Amino acid sequence: MKILIVEDEQDMLQNMKDFLLKENFVVETAESIAEARNKIGVYTYDCILLDINLKDGSGFQLLEELKRKNIEDGVIIVSARNSLDDRLEGLNLGADDYLAKPFHMAELNARVKAVLRRRQFNGNNKIKIGNLSIDLDEHEASIDDNPLNLNRKEYEILLFFTSNQNRLVNKSALAEHVWGDHIDQADSFEFIYSQIKNLRKKLKTAGADIEIKAVYGIGYKLITQ
Amino acid sequence: MKLLNYTTSYFSAILLVLLGIWAVIFYLEMLDEIYDSLDDGLDNQKMLVIKRAKQDAELLQRSQFKDGNYTIRPIDKNSAISFKDFYRDTLMYMQNEDEYEPVRLLETVFKKDDEFYKLKIITSMVEEDDLIEDLLFSLILLYVGLILSIVLLNNLILKKIWNPFYTLLQQLKDFRLGKDQKIETVPSNIDEFNLLNTRVEQMLGKSISSYNSQKQFIENAAHELQTPLAISINKLELLVEKEELNEEQIELIASVLNNLEGLTRMNKSLLLLSKIENQQFPEEEIVDFNAVITDLKSDFEDLAGHKEMKINLKSTTSLKYKMNKGLARILLSNLLKNAIIHGQRNSEIEIEISAKNFIIRNTANNGALDPEKVFSRFQKDSSSKTSTGIGLAIAQTIAKKYEFQLTYYYEQKHTFQLRFPR
Repeated sequence: MKILIVEDEQDMLQNMKDFLLKENFVVETAESIAEARNKIGVYTYDCILLDINLKDGSGFQLLEELKRKNIEDGVIIVSARNSLDDRLEGLNLGADDYLAKPFHMAELNARVKAVLRRRQFNGNNKIKIGNLSIDLDEHEASIDDNPLNLNRKEYEILLFFTSNQNRLVNKSALAEHVWGDHIDQADSFEFIYSQIKNLRKKLKTAGADIEIKAVYGIGYKLITQ
Repeated sequence: MKLLNYTTSYFSAILLVLLGIWAVIFYLEMLDEIYDSLDDGLDNQKMLVIKRAKQDAELLQRSQFKDGNYTIRPIDKNSAISFKDFYRDTLMYMQNEDEYEPVRLLETVFKKDDEFYKLKIITSMVEEDDLIEDLLFSLILLYVGLILSIVLLNNLILKKIWNPFYTLLQQLKDFRLGKDQKIETVPSNIDEFNLLNTRVEQMLGKSISSYNSQKQFIENAAHELQTPLAISINKLELLVEKEELNEEQIELIASVLNNLEGLTRMNKSLLLLSKIENQQFPEEEIVDFNAVITDLKSDFEDLAGHKEMKINLKSTTSLKYKMNKGLARILLSNLLKNAIIHGQRNSEIEIEISAKNFIIRNTANNGALDPEKVFSRFQKDSSSKTSTGIGLAIAQTIAKKYEFQLTYYYEQKHTFQLRFPR
């Protein structure tokens, strides 16, 4: 899997690169539109992470060029301008997703994986980890073909973890992903803990060989046994 | 009281006093002049009567006024010598009026052929009560006339003169900082008004520009903070995944992460607040509050369930208002979130929707809050560490933007009421 990050903020670029490298992606970077244009002309990428505010122009420009040339790379816009207008413009121009800065790495990871999945497993949209399988079309998770009967939130939690398996998932990243911004002011740890306790119980009774482990003070990690 | 009426009322009071004094002086002067001329007439008549009496002895027999206006009676020499002319007022029966009327009387003595005679001459006089009555009536007429003229002058001339002042005043009355409107003054020939106009323009200009730069500053600062905050959080997330860290080190990083996330939340809220104040949500549509709150209720169900709270929604009617949909969601979700976070465990949150009101209540263990402070920024309940204290300030800012009234009161429960303008 090949990913291109177009971002002019050095530290931001390095963070994304480090994180995605750990996921065993091939990561290339560009710091300007011109540089990105050259790379896109030569290679094909599975996913492009595109910043909007770049030194030599707007990321929307590049997006338009891609669509005009019928280049089918997946594009996720990554922008500090979290306005509805930008989001709509980006999606209208054919971006696959829009991620507002600041974001958690786990969230970026989940979005990238979702884009990759949509592009690659046309028709057969399933995730398998150990004896867990998730049918993305049916929104159903099962262990050894026995349905887990998860509610909507539990399903989303599990899906988020599977995108970030063996990675440390920050509890607020999880909260924002599953419950949106609403949860941010609540004493989130206790709340999320009780939500995850139910999911763990269901996984355990069903005999799953994956486990959601708590990492004190920070969050959780999905590990395969 | 309005300025014009105020001057008019002052004028009427002063004129009343002035006209009163003037009337008394006028009356006395006039009376004095009347007496003077009556007495002169009597004196003249005296001389004529004495002259005629000296020629015609028959006249000396007139002891009654009858149809004439004088009497003559003989008196002894002694009293005649010491007698001096004198004028006095007296009453006399008048046939035409059928009553006693005041008359002016002159008494004098004269000598004819070594005999002394006393002569009394009368002349009819002004009736003082009639005079006073006439004078008072004229004065009232004059007074009313003057007041009417003043009111007329005030309304025609003063209103025209004060026009720049009233125009300025009207605009200042409707002026609200942050609504980006300009004051337009009327040029005038009057120095004072021109000074007032230029000063007001200058002061408002300064206020508007410092208000704008402050708003802009908050927005820029919040915006510029986002990237470094994101980078720091992301770097810590990468660091904490390193295998060689021990539990103690992870806890330290967790604490830093928590604080940075708190900072990010606060920054997001401030950014939102200044975006609302900077009018960056121009899109409006008809928002159905019943639909929004039902949607939010299901979003918050997990969180409420976690605190074993029940959200009880009572809606009697549909409540729709034209506004930005995102802001409507933020407004209601902040109120609901506030009720869940600060409400007691195992209690009920009541939401009531009626034609013009949205009311949300939660139980409390701490009694009434200060309704003045509850909506100010960074006002927070010390028991909640993670709350930023901006949620209600944001709700209030949104309410003000659309001219809703968001108020807090305490009636066994904390109550937040959102009142719609129509």
